[in-house]
Amino acid sequence: MDAGFVADLDDLALGRLMSAAQDGDQAAYKRVLSASVPLIRRTARRAGVPPSSVDDVVQEVLLSIHRMLATFDPSRSYGAWLGAIARRRSVDLLRSHGRRNLREVHAPDAYENHPDELDIEAGADKARAEERLVAAIRTLPEGQREAVQVLALAGRSLDEGAELTGRSKTALKVNFHRAIQGLRSRLTGTGLRDG
Amino acid sequence: MADARVDALIDGLASGLTPVRRLRPPLLRAAVWLGVFALVAAAYYVQRSGRFGLIATSPYLLPAFVAALVTAVLAAVAAFEMSLPDRSDSWIWLPLPALALWLALSGLGCLADLGRPAAWGDTWEEAMGCLRVIGGSAILLSPVLIWMLRRARPERAVRVALLGGLASAAGAATILMLVHPHNSTLLDLAVHAVCIAAVIGLNTLAGGFLFGRTRTREPA
Repeated sequence: MDAGFVADLDDLALGRLMSAAQDGDQAAYKRVLSASVPLIRRTARRAGVPPSSVDDVVQEVLLSIHRMLATFDPSRSYGAWLGAIARRRSVDLLRSHGRRNLREVHAPDAYENHPDELDIEAGADKARAEERLVAAIRTLPEGQREAVQVLALAGRSLDEGAELTGRSKTALKVNFHRAIQGLRSRLTGTGLRDG
Repeated sequence: MADARVDALIDGLASGLTPVRRLRPPLLRAAVWLGVFALVAAAYYVQRSGRFGLIATSPYLLPAFVAALVTAVLAAVAAFEMSLPDRSDSWIWLPLPALALWLALSGLGCLADLGRPAAWGDTWEEAMGCLRVIGGSAILLSPVLIWMLRRARPERAVRVALLGGLASAAGAATILMLVHPHNSTLLDLAVHAVCIAAVIGLNTLAGGFLFGRTRTREPA
């Protein structure tokens, strides 16, 4: 953990918030997770994670924090704890990219035909559609929202999702299926009513 | 969108939050496991009518016993420390000096008795007796340690499991010396080495599997 990591963000205050989160304070948890995002991004960039993948690391670190909540010791630095987790998730991502790059083939035509990510019009459309989707996800019942967040947004497997949420795989699958139906209904006006 | 997705995830995690029980400090947790070890050792000593006084019959036995005990203690402490995400990787080196001393003293004890007629442990039956003590006590010590370590969901799964295996194996060897204090013959030493390596290997496999963090799914 480098000394300047949380120097400007009051490590003690974050530690206190995390301690409250361990006691079940949801508001404190939300605040400490939100405050952690810039720190995670900084650590990921320093570790050499490409800008396009930094948010993948952020999500993985947030899920790791949730999984390892019991291991935080309020008498120690929150920044050091978070930094260690963020560096490991960054390394995990770089390794997975390394493995994937080994499997990829050189395809210049595919590269040329791929839509330009900097196309402003397309980008704006995409952003609007994504905002609608996120807003629709927020209106889902809690169990369904949780299923979408864990399985779709965070990209976890059913096993991992079940472990993270404490629900059975079947319940998670049912919630996810209902969430998809609900989202379809909300976004297109079609599909079954969600239950 | 990235921010919105992160915000949605934070919302979801916060809304699903329930109180968690903080893990006790690693030294305290190591002490609890060492308490279990002490109980197992005491049970073996009573059940086998141990004669620890015999340890003075060789200049190598008592130092080897102490070195194995210190190895078990330090390996357990290092395993609990390393199971936490913010602790240094250097903890893995903690038990190594004691381990080297224990192995060296066991080897020297064996050399000292080399060629001595009717030394205990030079038959398969006697060597298997040692194996039963090491294996039996490791079967009691290992699951408790793995279960305790698992609560921290160790990120450095294999190294934590390796240290846990070393703690259990050294603990089992300590119990053997407690109930059966004699220098090892070559056969005996080989059986000890295989048995201890098997305990460490099985712990590393089982612990590494059980601690195995749910891996990041590759981005599409």
